[in-house]
Amino acid sequence: MTIEEAAAKIAAQGESAPRQARDPVNQAMVNNWVEAIGDDNPVYTDPEYAASSVHKGLVAPPAMAQVWTMNGLHGTRADDDPLGAMMAVLDEAGFTSVVATNSEQTYHRYLRPGEQVSATTKLESVVGPKKTGLGEGWFVTTRTTWYVGTEAVAEMMFRVLKFRPPAPLRPQAPAPVLRPVISRDTEFFWDGLKAGELRIQRWGETLRHPPGPMPPDGALDTKPDYVVASGRGTVYSYVVHHHPPVPGKELPFVVALVELEEGVRVMAELLDAAPDEVHIGLPVVAAFVRVDDDLTLPAWKVAR
Amino acid sequence: MTVAEGTELPPLTIEATPTFVVSTALATRDFQDVHHDRDAAVERGSKDIFLNILTDTGLVQRFVTAWAGPEALIRSIKIRLGVPCYAYETLTFTGRVVSCAGRDVVVAVSAVDSLGEHVAGTVEVTLP
Repeated sequence: MTIEEAAAKIAAQGESAPRQARDPVNQAMVNNWVEAIGDDNPVYTDPEYAASSVHKGLVAPPAMAQVWTMNGLHGTRADDDPLGAMMAVLDEAGFTSVVATNSEQTYHRYLRPGEQVSATTKLESVVGPKKTGLGEGWFVTTRTTWYVGTEAVAEMMFRVLKFRPPAPLRPQAPAPVLRPVISRDTEFFWDGLKAGELRIQRWGETLRHPPGPMPPDGALDTKPDYVVASGRGTVYSYVVHHHPPVPGKELPFVVALVELEEGVRVMAELLDAAPDEVHIGLPVVAAFVRVDDDLTLPAWKVAR
Repeated sequence: MTVAEGTELPPLTIEATPTFVVSTALATRDFQDVHHDRDAAVERGSKDIFLNILTDTGLVQRFVTAWAGPEALIRSIKIRLGVPCYAYETLTFTGRVVSCAGRDVVVAVSAVDSLGEHVAGTVEVTLP
């Protein structure tokens, strides 16, 4: 059943059976109400004043009309309560939050302590879905009439927005890091990082980094091996990366080109130096950032 | 009291402290968690607990009868809610007579907080 069909069915049931107020109109609840609202009108609380007033006795604040028949802390809505039925339909559809948007109350007369009030409600309209500042939702309008015996004493058009709250902002899981492309020529380098070694490609006596498929002199018949660098070096150059965002990184971060003791330069993130602390010539040591079983990234730490 | 179209009501300022939000919700027998439980209110998409509509109706009544006098008869209170009135907001009510037929008067009422207009409405009242 669609929301519109459910609404039509509920509206067709007409007025709910009268719902009795928990308590008769009474001074204690009036006193609590005027105390909280800050209304010091003596016709509600001062018997002598009220007796000599136009009311000829104490009366309840008209704006309390709805209060008398509220369901209360552990109250449950009557089975035939159209607002409750419509709320259930919209809850089911994911519109789980509610705010009141309109209340139009008409008071036929003031109520007096001791009067027993009852209320009936009917569903007037259900309009939606509408996009609102709070989220997408439906406007549900009901009409309630309050009675003392069979005398209608007050009426209300009441409208609520039943909406789907936007997902709360939660800290996002760290995005996956950018993974390097590992080739047969560079595999030894990445394997070295996993083993905690900073390996530098060597062609005969010549070190080369980044590793390549052939020696700097282009001789195609030589085969490379590698040396394990000491990991000590100094910052040759660096950048502070502020933008754009990089998956898995918090901005800003420092990327340093480090000249190793062995004479080659290797680029990696400098982990533990504030951007204004980095300078050319800063001594650093190699570090190894394990991402997972398959990947460890090279990095630098300040030699302290 | 001389009343004519355009007569301004004395403004009313309400400090919507958390205590005010909670005590008025309970005094109006409204136990919806968004009026007394900040965690629940946030979970439901609000910034904080906020005033309930029964309290707005009550405040509008207070605002108008404080001007019209204790024996004024409130005939109707029709309000539309705009932005929420969260805890720690200051709510300022202003009003103006928009029509006058003998002692029967219609007052337009507005209440604003830091987010904008919280309540706009009209009150029909018979002056003493």
